[in-house]
Amino acid sequence: MKIHEYQAKEIFRNFNIPVPRGKVAFSKQEACAIAKELGSFPCVIKAQVHAGGRGKGGGVKLASSIEEVEKIAGDMLNMVLVTHQTGPEGKVVRKLLVEEGLNIDREYYCSVVMDRSSEKIVIMVSEAGGMDIEEVAEKTPEKIIKVFIDPLIGIQGYHLRKAAFGLGFDKDVQRPCMGILKGLYSIFTKYDCSLVEINPLVLTKEKDLIALDAKINFDDNGLFRHKEILELRDIEEEDPLEVEASKYGLNYIKLDGNVGNIVNGAGLAMATMDLIKRAGAEPANFLDVGGGASAEMVENGFKILLSDKNVRAILINIFGGILRCDVLAQGVVSAAKKVGVHVPVVVRMEGTNAEKGREILLNSGLNLKTARDLKEAAQMIADITKDV
Amino acid sequence: MSIFVNKDTRVVVQGITGKEGQFHARQCIEYGTNVVAGVTPGKGGMKMDEVPVFNTVEEAVNKRGANCSLIFVPPAFAADAILEAIDAGVEVVVAITEGIPALDMLRVKNYLKGKNTRLIGPNCPGIITPGECKVGIMPGPIHKSGGPIGVVSRSGTLTYEVVYQLTQMGIGQTTCLGIGGDPVIGTNFIDVLDSFEKDSDTKGVVMVGEIGGDAEERAAEFVKSNMSKPVIGFIAGLTAPPGRRMGHAGAIISGKSGTAKGKIKALRDAGIHVCEDLGSLGEFAKEVFKL
Repeated sequence: MKIHEYQAKEIFRNFNIPVPRGKVAFSKQEACAIAKELGSFPCVIKAQVHAGGRGKGGGVKLASSIEEVEKIAGDMLNMVLVTHQTGPEGKVVRKLLVEEGLNIDREYYCSVVMDRSSEKIVIMVSEAGGMDIEEVAEKTPEKIIKVFIDPLIGIQGYHLRKAAFGLGFDKDVQRPCMGILKGLYSIFTKYDCSLVEINPLVLTKEKDLIALDAKINFDDNGLFRHKEILELRDIEEEDPLEVEASKYGLNYIKLDGNVGNIVNGAGLAMATMDLIKRAGAEPANFLDVGGGASAEMVENGFKILLSDKNVRAILINIFGGILRCDVLAQGVVSAAKKVGVHVPVVVRMEGTNAEKGREILLNSGLNLKTARDLKEAAQMIADITKDV
Repeated sequence: MSIFVNKDTRVVVQGITGKEGQFHARQCIEYGTNVVAGVTPGKGGMKMDEVPVFNTVEEAVNKRGANCSLIFVPPAFAADAILEAIDAGVEVVVAITEGIPALDMLRVKNYLKGKNTRLIGPNCPGIITPGECKVGIMPGPIHKSGGPIGVVSRSGTLTYEVVYQLTQMGIGQTTCLGIGGDPVIGTNFIDVLDSFEKDSDTKGVVMVGEIGGDAEERAAEFVKSNMSKPVIGFIAGLTAPPGRRMGHAGAIISGKSGTAKGKIKALRDAGIHVCEDLGSLGEFAKEVFKL
């Protein structure tokens, strides 16, 4: 799960990580009121959307008067912000963060992530702040300092020293830097995060270290024990169909293609998407109804896929195994009738009573084709999509 | 021969009185697995069918000689259950549970180092040595006993698909296992490939990977320098968008790393036979393994 910058900064404040003074605004009036309260110009207005690269897309602007705040806030609210992370459709800006401007001297990068290769928690710091860290890692990896931490031992002084000395800070800045890194680590472990990042961390001309930006991503599997974090979820930032699907307990991700698919199991679902592509079509989604795949889940899957106007055909691929295919087939037929499926459907299912299941599908009077194996299913999809 | 589990394996099911635990314990017993005990805290002294239930794993080990554990405990308590099995000295721990917080697994994984326990999973279908022992939730009948091919995968149903196609082609399996779809897992591809290489009955391996992390890339390096047996590779997720978690917590492309394309290239460079069309994997295997 992702949260907004203003929410992440609120968490930073609770862990004594310095952030610029500022507040979130939902209207231009609110933005002006916050700017007045801040009492100094310039101030910074930042679009709050769940995507990076906001500056380049016009989502971060400086204002040097109340009139400018009003104008910028008015323009920015409800605008569609397109960045390299939003995709071409962009994201609607619904809230703004209004903050004091700082006298920036230098910019740094720091983050805490889980390193899958070493199976440790890693603190990363770099003198190359304010840039895309992936790019820094690729082009100048020597500019990134990594400190690996055994989760059973936790963070120690020498971890912090390695990072702070590595950044070459003066003595009076080292201590605040270590405090910030310790805070980031505490946030990471307390809230089951997958990423806690400051980019950039700025050193002001007054020699203060301040988190100019703040990003926190959470491990979805850990959310059950952090109710206070769950409350920070902003459903408006998510795809409405994906939100709908999550209510049914379906694992759904919308894509741009026109062949919908309903599959049990994530690996098989990905492989089925790839199969659709190989057949010369484009997958409209990823949809995993769970390894068990009940008829009810398939029905909900139908509902979601048919709400996507791009879907021209549907491939159902269920490897049941223990599951009885005749029961599943009956579920598919009644779901198709109930929901009113108006596109061709190819069903491939394997498991107990697969033959009986195919008969039920064939005799349903619906536009359901049955495939014996994946090869045949791919061929059928290729044939159907050739004509649409 | 086989790897990790065989006809002498004595299984304790943790969470045996729960819905999932009960159903799959019965399925395992029906397959012929030697399920010697169950554990549900507070229900010690009961029986699930003929299987005695204990309060702790330690009792199951001491009183019933369990040396393998199958875990169906819910995510919030799963790390606790795995640690209990490790401390009870269980040799092979198979964690089926999906949705365990990654930080919990990170602690478990670091605790495992230097211990004699092998953890398989979590978020996996388990392990089966066809005809001998099934410790997991996979459908038994799709497998064919007697070898000579080993199957290892990060997925569940995709593994079934692969195994089913092998069986349809008349190709039997020595051992098949899913190592799990989470970012932090107990047993990785390299552990399994190494064991298959050393198992005299295994003549070749099918390895099924997916997007996210670099386990496939590292496995490819291992195959290149350490394996004499032919390996077939399949990678799922060529059409997966970056930055999205594709069902499995571990199946996510981060920036430019973890893509299917990159993995396929790494596999090819290591001399692994890459199958691009899942629909004809069975035929491909027949050709590569010359069976």
